[in-house]
Amino acid sequence: MAKYIGKRLLRSLLTLLIIITIVFSLLRLMPIEGYFENFEKLSTAQINVGLRQLGLKDPLPVQMINFWKGVFKGDWGVSHKYRVGAPVLDIIAEKVPVSMKMGLAALGIALLLGLPLGILMARSTRTRFKIGDKLGTVFVVIIEGIPAAIYHLLIQFYGSKLPGFDMFFHADRPLTWILPIFSLALGNIAYYAMWLRRYMVDENNKDYVRLARAKGVSGGRIFSSHVFRNAIVPLAQFIPTSVILTLMGSLYVESLYSIPGMGGLLVQAIQRQDNTLVQALVLIYAAISILGLLVGDIFMALLDPRIALGKKEGDR
Amino acid sequence: MALFRFKDRKTEELAAHINDHAKKMDEKELFSFAPYDPNAGERGGYSGYSYWRSTLRAFRKNAVAMFFLLVIVATLLFTFVEPLLPYEKEPNTIYYSEQVQLDLFTRQPKLDENGNPIVKVDLSRDIKPGKEYWFGTNAIGQDLWSQIWEGTRNSLFIGFAVACVDALLGILVGVLWGYVRKLDFFFTELYNVFDNVPQTLIVVIISYILRPGMGTMIFAMCLTSWLATARFVRNQVVIIRDRDYNLASRCLGTPPWRIMVKNLLPYLVSIITMRMALAIPAAISNEVFITYIGLGVPLETPTLGTLVEAGRKVMSSASLRYQLFFPVVVLAVITISFYVVGNAFADAADPKNHVN
Repeated sequence: MAKYIGKRLLRSLLTLLIIITIVFSLLRLMPIEGYFENFEKLSTAQINVGLRQLGLKDPLPVQMINFWKGVFKGDWGVSHKYRVGAPVLDIIAEKVPVSMKMGLAALGIALLLGLPLGILMARSTRTRFKIGDKLGTVFVVIIEGIPAAIYHLLIQFYGSKLPGFDMFFHADRPLTWILPIFSLALGNIAYYAMWLRRYMVDENNKDYVRLARAKGVSGGRIFSSHVFRNAIVPLAQFIPTSVILTLMGSLYVESLYSIPGMGGLLVQAIQRQDNTLVQALVLIYAAISILGLLVGDIFMALLDPRIALGKKEGDR
Repeated sequence: MALFRFKDRKTEELAAHINDHAKKMDEKELFSFAPYDPNAGERGGYSGYSYWRSTLRAFRKNAVAMFFLLVIVATLLFTFVEPLLPYEKEPNTIYYSEQVQLDLFTRQPKLDENGNPIVKVDLSRDIKPGKEYWFGTNAIGQDLWSQIWEGTRNSLFIGFAVACVDALLGILVGVLWGYVRKLDFFFTELYNVFDNVPQTLIVVIISYILRPGMGTMIFAMCLTSWLATARFVRNQVVIIRDRDYNLASRCLGTPPWRIMVKNLLPYLVSIITMRMALAIPAAISNEVFITYIGLGVPLETPTLGTLVEAGRKVMSSASLRYQLFFPVVVLAVITISFYVVGNAFADAADPKNHVN
């Protein structure tokens, strides 16, 4: 296991290197007009000086090496456009807690509501009229079918009419937190409910469960130690990833409610061509998602003893 | 060394013995690669089972899915028929009304120096839904009804185009990735790399390099979306590539391309169709999102994304809210229809559900 994890971490490092190289080169494709506030008025000499100050005059490999040296020293560069002169890491450190608080709350709600809903739906498929299953399916179809952008908008629109709620987020008024958190959770509630229901129904139809039922094992025991235990494993893989992914925030919800989180940062940085900020963000994002996959795999192996990591090379 | 020689000698003896024996045998009894023979398939018990017929039958039984399929077909037809109808308004024309100005005292039209009446042009802005403009007009006086249908047509076109490229590239790469073991490591690493380059970055750079428009939008979405399909197909291929029937095919000398096309792809058809049906609403909602962050298509090509975004901007005033709701309702109906039909088709295409 340890050897397997070490191997995968090493390989992830290589992947990160390649990702950064690509993003580095892509960023250099952007027109240089974006780097200056008043491009038309500047003379060529001024532009050259400016570019040199930004470190864009060196050949690409030199820029890359400088960047990596900085990363390992903990100096990720200074923002040039987003907030002039502020270290990139400071900007990020300020945004992460906001996004993370929101994301974790939303994830908690999604798990607390989504899993019971999935269980309810799956159990209801064994009753005569399947009313619970039908109602739940309508909910899942509506949430999954309508683009998130649309129902976030509607929630903001109608929710903000309730007393105490507001169109925008205020850090000092906890009531204004509810709408964005609820918006964030809604998609995940439907997602967890849908998949848990499907896995549980699959498991319910397996022969060993039928046998257990036939020989008279109590319904509760079948549910807790056979059906639910097996159905939760594939879902559990996503939970650590989702926890880590809350770092990144949600672009749409955060900008709708003007929450000062991570979500909009990448888009703003890209649009304003703040190269150092984009590089740092992409590096963090990529590292997070690779780490998330690894943690998810380990978590799954811990939950399900039949899964042995490291045996299937290059397969995850 | 002697031991090996002993073993070699034994092997040779055995080989010679088998050869001797084989010479005595009939040609038919010996192992040979089996060439493809269409008649061989008939020798097995033929039950009259047809995959597609059973799929269609299972699908037709699902009343809800049939209803939504009808909705999709009707919408699709209507987007093409609508501009041909008489008295339809142009989506991009800015409508206005002319009013002759009257003199306050004489009640006669005011004349300019050439003797023509002075005409005051009044843009038909923000007119509520009514007889003249069925869905009202937008902030600059364009007819929302025709804009919505034009936008639906454009959005569906984006969706279909992205889904097609998605399926083609995704299947091709996915089957190769899954079936050819030597390529597995290479593609897996490639996937890890490209999956982590943010889509926003790619869209921004492409809209810088190319002119923003429908083609650019489709290109930018295609660049990243096929990755997920390829990975999905790859996982399916890995699951079924070592099943016994494929092993038997390989032993009998079936060429790899034939195994891929005849043994693997039919198994994947249902999954691929479902993904394509789901890729269309995904592309449409992706377009809404891209428009929201300000990278959408230019305003002269209305799409559902640009209409929703335009409606969002006037959301706060109650009298203009219809500009948001009409596009939102159309968009929701379309995406839900595709979602339901895609899932129902996937259920119908699963051979497990054909047995009644």
